[in-house]
Amino acid sequence: MKSATDYVSSDGQFTLKVEDLWVTYLAERGKVKAVRGVSFTLRQGETLAFIGESGCGKTTLGLALIRLLPNTARVEKGRILYRRDAQVTDVLQMNDHELRQFRWKECAMIFQGAQNAFNPVLRIWAQVLDTARSHGVTNKKQIRQRMEELFRLVQLEPERVLKAYPHQLSGGMRQRVLIALGLLLHPPLVILDEPTTALDILTQRSVIDVLRDIKEKMDFSLILISHDLSLAAELADRVATMYAGKLVEVANVWDTYYHPLHPYTVGLIHAVPTLAGEREELISIPGSPPDLIDPPSGCAFHPRCPYATEKCRVEEPPLISVTPDHQVACWHWQQIQEDHGQRMMAYAEASAG
Amino acid sequence: MTSYNNGMLELVNVERTFKVGRKIVRVLDDISFSIGKGDILCLVGESGCGKTTTGKIVAGLLPPTGGEIRFLGKNVWTMNKEEFRHYRRAVQIIHQDPYSSLNPTQRVSTILTAPLLRHGIARNHKEAKEKALELLRVVDLTPPEDFYNKYPHQLSGGQRQRVSVARALTVNPEFLVADEAVSMLDVSIRVSLLQMLERLRRQMGVAYLFITHDLAVAKYFAWEGRIAVMYLGRIVEIGPTPQIINNPRHPYTKALLSAIPEADPQATRSKERVHLRSLDVPSLLNVPSGCSFHPRCPLYEAGLCDAQVPQLVDVGDGVQVACHVVAREMGVA
Repeated sequence: MKSATDYVSSDGQFTLKVEDLWVTYLAERGKVKAVRGVSFTLRQGETLAFIGESGCGKTTLGLALIRLLPNTARVEKGRILYRRDAQVTDVLQMNDHELRQFRWKECAMIFQGAQNAFNPVLRIWAQVLDTARSHGVTNKKQIRQRMEELFRLVQLEPERVLKAYPHQLSGGMRQRVLIALGLLLHPPLVILDEPTTALDILTQRSVIDVLRDIKEKMDFSLILISHDLSLAAELADRVATMYAGKLVEVANVWDTYYHPLHPYTVGLIHAVPTLAGEREELISIPGSPPDLIDPPSGCAFHPRCPYATEKCRVEEPPLISVTPDHQVACWHWQQIQEDHGQRMMAYAEASAG
Repeated sequence: MTSYNNGMLELVNVERTFKVGRKIVRVLDDISFSIGKGDILCLVGESGCGKTTTGKIVAGLLPPTGGEIRFLGKNVWTMNKEEFRHYRRAVQIIHQDPYSSLNPTQRVSTILTAPLLRHGIARNHKEAKEKALELLRVVDLTPPEDFYNKYPHQLSGGQRQRVSVARALTVNPEFLVADEAVSMLDVSIRVSLLQMLERLRRQMGVAYLFITHDLAVAKYFAWEGRIAVMYLGRIVEIGPTPQIINNPRHPYTKALLSAIPEADPQATRSKERVHLRSLDVPSLLNVPSGCSFHPRCPLYEAGLCDAQVPQLVDVGDGVQVACHVVAREMGVA
């Protein structure tokens, strides 16, 4: 298994570099600021997981990366730099033709619940052919060969599955067909949005194992979007924690789970029960996520944070590098490093009464 | 286990079938358990295993097609009107989806005062309002005046689920069926809802049938109670939570526990996996002979597992397991 630290020095080799991205939705009550100044680098070959709760902007961010936002959304600002070999292009500047080339060939996205989006009256093979043809690959034999190879990688019997109709496959099998289909044209970048949500435990396990396996065998960069902290713990090299449309912490997976420096990450990690050993005490983060039409001033987390001071209410903390592989957006990260987030825990327990 | 025989609520060899076209599907087969005052029983298993059907039978929303459900020793479906009304009031259900379980055209005030007035728990509107405000305080929606006049769409998912709990509490239930009650909530508010339910148990002696697909949540909530693992309409293992979680005996329980990813990178990546012989879940229309888990089971023995349906047997520590191979190895076959 590749460890996260292998990537520390390879920052120069990025697949994707997002700079100061802002996305808003037009709503009746005003502009919903769903993504607010997000910047990050996806290093070549790594798995970067975006975690956060519903409404934090993680799916909007994913859609913005391949420009599939709905009509009501607008990219206000920012750059999405995609690098292949020595060439760097801004996804936001691509014309329709370039965008068509980019999608699927360069970047495949597998959406939440997409395993239910197959055409029910066409066999899988017909749907594979459709996909390949619309992206300019017409050699049937070549497609067949590639698909068989990919199906074996995702633990499906090519013969049986290609001939099947979608309803003849289980949810987990359809999800694996999709993963294979996503990899059809060797994209260097894959985005998965909640790939295991709504799957049963044993099916979920088979999808996770397949993802880990293909990640080891093939060379691509992966963005994983999930509310499920355990999925990120399984698969991610690095984890980006989102809150109210912003990245509040970006760190390698070990630091995120064992030495988080943002009070929100601390709260999130301690809100999830684990299976091993005795029953542990868990906490809930007091309060609720903010309204993104009118987010709180300064640090958006300050109304729920026991470390908050006057500065937090007024000034927005930038995402700063604490170590080369650990970034955090909090004025008081040093305090959290010192007390291991104890004040956050005590505060949550006290307000639980 | 005999010590639970005098439980408040009992299922005895419950069976439930449904007609699908011309076929008859047995969704529940030979389900027995008993739950006493202040007890917690967690039902876990994958989708289609019969958890929700069991919950509906316990809440009296669905009659069993075989066996009996007893409340305070009496068969629920042969009770007289008076007794049935008492049972219905004593057992309440909290549904999974707080977005569809509350009437969107009613204010919180109506949602809470209507049952209070209907059941004669409050004598007039003033009393009903006082009681409703008190219930909002019990479910941590404070100050209650801020929530009393709101519509469901003005509340967050967590707040709505609290209103659902408050509504269930209007009739002073002794027993709550919680069907995936926290599954739709975000992690950061899930724990506070579980803590509130636990407080109701400690302070008011409310008993729970807690239905979940999430074993980690089951462990957290039912640490002092029991877990029953279901597979294709049967209970395959039942026992005290620490035993089921830390010392599972049935191969299906073992497979489930080993497959669950954990929010701890070290633990989850070094976990030992149980490998199943097949990933396909058999259809309820065509349940495998003998032990229904046999086509997937790593312990499968031809001629034994596919021939006879294993019964739940005591294997010590208060645990019962339905597996021929485990029973033989424990010397209790």
